[in-house]
Amino acid sequence: MTGSDRPRLGVFKFASCDGCQLTLLDCEEELLPLAAELEVAHFAEASSDIRPGPYQLALVEGSVSTPEHLERIRRIRAESRHLVTIGACATAGGIQALRNSADGDAFRATVYAEPEYIESLATSTPVSAHVPVDFELRGCPIDRGQLLEVITSFLAGRRPDIPDHSVCFACKRRGTTCLPVARGIPCLGPVTHAGCGALCPAYGRGCYGCFGPSASTNMPAMIPLLRSDGMSDGDIVRFLHTYNVEDFAALEPPGALEED
Amino acid sequence: MADSGTRVLSVGALTRVEGEGALRLRVSGDRVTEARLSIYEPPRFFEAFLRNRRHTEPPDLTSRVCGICPVAYQTSACHAIEDACGVAVGGQLAALRRLLYCGEWIESHSLHIHLLHAPDFLGVDSALEVSRRHRAAIERGLRLKQAGNSILEVLGGRSVHPVNVRVGGFHRVPSRAELRPLAERLTRAREDALAAVAWVAAFDFPEAECRADLFALAEPGTYAIERGVPTVLPYGDGERRRAFPLADFGTHVVEEQVPYSTALQARLDGGRHLTGALARYAVSGHLLPPAVREAARAAGLPDPASGEVCRNPFRSIVVRAVEVLYAVEEALRLIACYEPPPLAAQEVTPRAGTGHGATEAPRGLLYHRYSLDRDGLVTDACLVPPTSQNQGAVEEELRRLVQERLAHGDATDAELAGLCERAIRNHDPCISCSAHFLDLTVLRERPADRPAGCSGHVDGLGPGDAQRPDDESVERDQHD
Repeated sequence: MTGSDRPRLGVFKFASCDGCQLTLLDCEEELLPLAAELEVAHFAEASSDIRPGPYQLALVEGSVSTPEHLERIRRIRAESRHLVTIGACATAGGIQALRNSADGDAFRATVYAEPEYIESLATSTPVSAHVPVDFELRGCPIDRGQLLEVITSFLAGRRPDIPDHSVCFACKRRGTTCLPVARGIPCLGPVTHAGCGALCPAYGRGCYGCFGPSASTNMPAMIPLLRSDGMSDGDIVRFLHTYNVEDFAALEPPGALEED
Repeated sequence: MADSGTRVLSVGALTRVEGEGALRLRVSGDRVTEARLSIYEPPRFFEAFLRNRRHTEPPDLTSRVCGICPVAYQTSACHAIEDACGVAVGGQLAALRRLLYCGEWIESHSLHIHLLHAPDFLGVDSALEVSRRHRAAIERGLRLKQAGNSILEVLGGRSVHPVNVRVGGFHRVPSRAELRPLAERLTRAREDALAAVAWVAAFDFPEAECRADLFALAEPGTYAIERGVPTVLPYGDGERRRAFPLADFGTHVVEEQVPYSTALQARLDGGRHLTGALARYAVSGHLLPPAVREAARAAGLPDPASGEVCRNPFRSIVVRAVEVLYAVEEALRLIACYEPPPLAAQEVTPRAGTGHGATEAPRGLLYHRYSLDRDGLVTDACLVPPTSQNQGAVEEELRRLVQERLAHGDATDAELAGLCERAIRNHDPCISCSAHFLDLTVLRERPADRPAGCSGHVDGLGPGDAQRPDDESVERDQHD
């Protein structure tokens, strides 16, 4: 594959679970045809053939979480024409951003007997906090169809066609009965970014916000709705503070929720 | 090699693993004095932020430890919480959990066999290169992977971080009709799984022996997957298997921190142990259905009923292929016997207490323990993933492999790196689980040249250096 003039793809990992990279390998039917169109220049999880930049398209998974990450993300940006973050970690800091509001030393000491050996930044932050990002793909994990759309659009030189409306739109289109309305089940669908295909409601479960906030949300209206479905303020905080904790927290009216 | 002094040689980066780590070998003359697997996967502090979460949350929260084996995390978490609350989930709900888990085994194993591991046996860098010469085999592997994913998608909603699992069972259970297309797909996958066993059986396997104790769950009458009793087959005394109650896990398997790694290392009763496919096959292989045992025998594996144990980690790829075949058969059996249960989940009322859960993740035994207060909030959480358990056994195996290679004369760093990377991939490490990517550093020194403070060179490293020594970052820079 060397010496080709095909567009060069790089896939990079920061603090993450590998699930979003795996989504690329989960494109079972498209994987070999895609590899014929692209030069997979850097994808450590899938290939030992690691080649230096520049890259036409860099897909970045994971949050910036260690001092070494700070330097590496700048280098990847400098070597890449387009940089796209894939998933909640790279886009919003991920579940590990739950430590951002906690006492870092206490956190280290909970997991590690000798925390002084552990090098970690006090915060887990999205890639966009450090370098310009060309597109952010949401989800914990990302959706396979959306990933293919992002890759093909950047290769074709157009913007990805990824709607930023809420899960409610997708849920209606899917024809699922509204869980909060019909069954009083708390659901974050009204404030959550679409992309999953409104999966959880189809399984009788309220949306738990793994794609983060949609483009326009009305959180002051959402919170009383969750209370009326029986949630305590502590439970609402826990509901909102998971895989996109910082993004949802930024939308909460100050003082609206009392943590337990 | 240099003629004088200590040399630090950095060789390549370990790829085709899930996670980031580095390997450091210390070679003194022709003796390997130390092999250290350093994991610099950034710490994510799961056990800390699980505190003060509700008892219903650990299955979803901990699935985010690992995108390759989320079902393992969800199932171990459910079992531990249910145990703490005095609930045992049985019947068709337990059968559906096993079916979901079969999907993860098929998906994860097919990924590892075809995309990550097979390139080692064919002398190439990636599955894409394998696909040029063995396109049908890679396409078959991708079909198998897809069959596993289809179980996860139908039953779980999606393959990475399924949404349908909850403490007590599921949010919604499928009808028999919903599972029928799965059965048709799995019937075709059975042929692919048989062909995959035959494909990997024809690879060349270097001689090697893992001398650690083998550790896996055991369950009466069946090949343990999603539950069982912790069981040890000691090295050199394979007849003397011993078991202990899951509640005693923490007294037998003790995790300790090492300064060069963000993953904790575990010891079993003070010794090194190995979990995963080899251990499972040794502990439960005699319980495989006759057709699967026959396929294993035809593929060159010992008959576990004879008491003979396969300890060659290179052959783990064959065991994984046999396990894929089994998981396909078992999924078909579970679907054939399925009757939708009246409730999608059993009631789980929280109470103060501590509970334990363990399942066989594709890469080995995964243990969870939670303590709850009477309101059902988590007061303490402990996750012991397979890779941190295997780390000690893998280090010892690497040390011995390189030692044996050097006994046949000097080897280049590139050759040693290749050998070590293969040996590590044999164990399908999921480094994102254990706290991912390996760089190899070989420290070569002549015995007489060894400076007095040399061991302190490692011990005295600062935190950042401990995770990625300076000499390696230079190397990594070229790769990243």
